[in-house]
Amino acid sequence: MEAVFKMGASRIASAVNAGELSAKEVVAAYLERIAELNGKLNAYLHVDSTGARRAASSVDDSVVRGERLSLAGVPVAIKDVISVRGLPITCGSRVLRGYVAPYDATVVDRLKRAGAIVLGTTNTDEFAMGSSTENSAYGASRNPWAEDRVPGGSSGGSAVAVSGGMATAALGTDTGGSVRLPACFTGLFGLKPSYGALSRYGLVSYANSLEQVGVFARSVDDLALVYSAMLGADPKDGTTTNFSWSIRDAPSRGVEGLRLGVVAEMAGEGIHEAVSSALSTTCKELERNGVSVGEASIKHIGYSLEAYYLIAMSEASSNLARFDGVRYGEHPAFEGDWNEEYSRVRSLFGLEVKRRIILGAFALSAGYQEMYYGRASRFRTMLIHEFREAFKQFDVLIAPTSPTPPFRFGEKTQDPLTMYLSDVDTVPVNLAGLPALNVPVGTFTIDGTTLPLGVQLIAPYGRDELLFTVASQLERSGLSIARVVEPWGRIV
Amino acid sequence: MAESDHRVMIGLEVHVQLNRLKTKLFCGCRAEYQGLPPNTNVCPVCLGLPGSLPVLNKLAVNHAIMVAKALNCTISRSFNFVRKNYFYPDMTKNFQISQYEKAGGVPVAHSGWLGFANDSSERRIRIRRIQIEEDPGRLEHPEGIGSSKYVLVDYNRAGVGLLEIVTEPDLASPDEARVFIQKLRSVLEHLGVCDTSREGAIRADANVSVDGGNRVEVKNISSYKEIVKAIEFEVLRQTKIIEAGGSVIRETRHWVEAKGMTISSRQKEEEQDYRYFPEPDIPIVSLDEDTLQRILDSMPELPDARAKRFVEQYGLKSYDANVLVLDKGLADYFEETVRLYTNPKTVANWIQSEILRQLNEKKIEINQLAVTPGYLAEMLHMIETGEISGKIGKRVLVEVANTGLPPRVVVERLGLTRIADVEFIRRVAEEVFRENPEAVEDAKRDQEAVNYLIGQVMKKTRGRADPDVANKVVRQLLNGG
Ligand SMILES: [Zn+2]
Repeated sequence: MEAVFKMGASRIASAVNAGELSAKEVVAAYLERIAELNGKLNAYLHVDSTGARRAASSVDDSVVRGERLSLAGVPVAIKDVISVRGLPITCGSRVLRGYVAPYDATVVDRLKRAGAIVLGTTNTDEFAMGSSTENSAYGASRNPWAEDRVPGGSSGGSAVAVSGGMATAALGTDTGGSVRLPACFTGLFGLKPSYGALSRYGLVSYANSLEQVGVFARSVDDLALVYSAMLGADPKDGTTTNFSWSIRDAPSRGVEGLRLGVVAEMAGEGIHEAVSSALSTTCKELERNGVSVGEASIKHIGYSLEAYYLIAMSEASSNLARFDGVRYGEHPAFEGDWNEEYSRVRSLFGLEVKRRIILGAFALSAGYQEMYYGRASRFRTMLIHEFREAFKQFDVLIAPTSPTPPFRFGEKTQDPLTMYLSDVDTVPVNLAGLPALNVPVGTFTIDGTTLPLGVQLIAPYGRDELLFTVASQLERSGLSIARVVEPWGRIV
Repeated sequence: MAESDHRVMIGLEVHVQLNRLKTKLFCGCRAEYQGLPPNTNVCPVCLGLPGSLPVLNKLAVNHAIMVAKALNCTISRSFNFVRKNYFYPDMTKNFQISQYEKAGGVPVAHSGWLGFANDSSERRIRIRRIQIEEDPGRLEHPEGIGSSKYVLVDYNRAGVGLLEIVTEPDLASPDEARVFIQKLRSVLEHLGVCDTSREGAIRADANVSVDGGNRVEVKNISSYKEIVKAIEFEVLRQTKIIEAGGSVIRETRHWVEAKGMTISSRQKEEEQDYRYFPEPDIPIVSLDEDTLQRILDSMPELPDARAKRFVEQYGLKSYDANVLVLDKGLADYFEETVRLYTNPKTVANWIQSEILRQLNEKKIEINQLAVTPGYLAEMLHMIETGEISGKIGKRVLVEVANTGLPPRVVVERLGLTRIADVEFIRRVAEEVFRENPEAVEDAKRDQEAVNYLIGQVMKKTRGRADPDVANKVVRQLLNGG
């Protein structure tokens, strides 16, 4: 039998449901693997071995009772900004050290009900603010492909867990590319759903209007399986919507006749040549399968980064106001003026978080609100319109996920603007609320180091299933293959 | 009086708790939080725990729309919520979910008015806007504000739905403010959106300015009873300053209920920047024609319509009808009594004199009065059948109010049934004649003296003697019979 850690989710679930493999065995194999690798990779911040074993035996009991669960025994990792009842949730921050989530996020609850087993919580840039996990208060995660390269962020821990074979699938969050970028940097499939497709209840908000829970997996089928288990409007999140498509069938549909648009403004200057060639390889492969490829234009997409950061920081400045140490989290003994005490507690935030709170508060302040937040919001409306126009001519758009392959640790930490530019290709999708998916597209080698490449597919709002159809074709063609990778760069 | 010399302008921001809803504004916790142990009526949402999200209580929107309609407002077909950002320990999220008319916000309703009769003229107080927002938690200073070493926070109230009703500065006197609040309370009670008698159900901030002075904001008025007191104090304070040639500082003051005065909040008046922006977690609320119509159709009778009906159906004078509907409890009490005793005018008279007197003396609401409509009706029947006199009726009513006993029991216990026994009354009258020889002498010429003698007979029988019989007997005795 294939090593358990290399198995896909559907494979594990069917084996467990058939009684060929017990969930307990699956969990044991994964815990062993985590013990072996996590010290090097720092993917998990908290491993819940006891809880995972308990959940596994309960799944095994269900199987004995004859229940069939779509994710029976599938081990998953959860980004440390999503609540898992009884597990610490720190958001990669010192401010929340010691806080234990008192309830399950809806997505976690739905995964558990489907038989998935939560192995633990994974590393993230503090409050999901970053593109490399270097902003985590608990140290950066490492990219198994190369010791000196970042895994991407902010959901870097989840990406590393899946690419390193320490979880079959993982949840991240994508506010401005935080699932797609790390998926790209670790060679995985990484989905950012349509806004409102997944519940945000239990996800600690960074920028509510932009973010969605996303999924990392090593195959399109796994991605579809895990995503489907979480879909459906949530009464606890008023921004969720019911979509009528069936994701599970999407991978098996053909791509013939689909119209693919390469976003001209994102494919031109400033793109690393390896990325450009990955983009054209992908287009050619799809063309070979009957997809028509053309050039799409989102004329004003170039303003997205500014608009994105204005909105994200504004919302963040408000969202993060609640961390004052009164009700939860780390706080010194309160004494004296409460304003000063709040400041003391809030000094526990890291530099990047402080920067975004201050800039966001400024962008919302009287006299500037209209100039910054207001204009960004209007741009957003315009961008949505431009995407809608483009989708009149194309079924799916394609663009780089990142202008460059994974960068080195420390390379961008000195200058925040350079770091923000890592998100240039991913943020337009969040502004427009669209679904997008990073697909791995081969590798390239530089200075003896092999690094993964990826491109993103973008579908119209509410048409997430198209992404699965196209990605599945690329997977079948052998172009988009996600693999388990061990440090450093050993493909297993 | 000083008030008439200086024009007064008062604007109110009234906070009305939507306490007839079962749940809070954004979560499933109970809207009724009074009397619960601290921090037991809470959940991840109203505690603002990381990851929790607000989900709008749709009934709160219905209630807001009914109030908006009743206050003749323009109802927004599409509106949203905003965040009002500021740090304060009673806030679980350090922002309040509210509504706003700027910064991309659209409140549920705006531009209305509430009318009431004042000095026989109709007054209309303009409503600037109505917004839906969440109540913060409650701070408790165990040893009083300022002197406590620490502050306790109770979040049981956090997240309860509020309507903020903002008026234009149209109120011209504390008295108008009193009538306005009364009328507003009545509207809210008629709509069934607020039990206004509950603690904290109606709170307000008031803007008060007196001609020649400056606008002063009075905050922290924590019940409807205090609103008029606070305004009265503030008008007087400002008037005195102006008349003494001083100048009124533009500032924020706090109403200190225990001291019955406003005090300067002393803080440096820096303009608070609330950094408003649209609440991303609550989708825009769009009202289609059908939904709106359904809500409006479900609206119960409002005070003005009810007063009109009282005039038409019961033949009351418009003034009396308006007095009754100014308090929904009173109007209900009236109709309930009329069902049992079908002389509406008599009932209205008794309510407006004796019943209101009881309420004022006891400082209670009509629903706390021991004289139920059933008891009042029973007593009016006894008067009508001559069992007791009207005058005795007033005494009976006081006794019923004090003891809670049925009128018939009170009458029997106190021996208050009317005496029509001629012989008995004659014996009493003879006694009166013996004790008042001078009055008897005068009575032969002076009608006043006759009335005096009759009065003495009534007095000796503690009002129980049938006045007609007493009259007859006294005259017979004077005529030598
Ligand atoms: Zn609650």
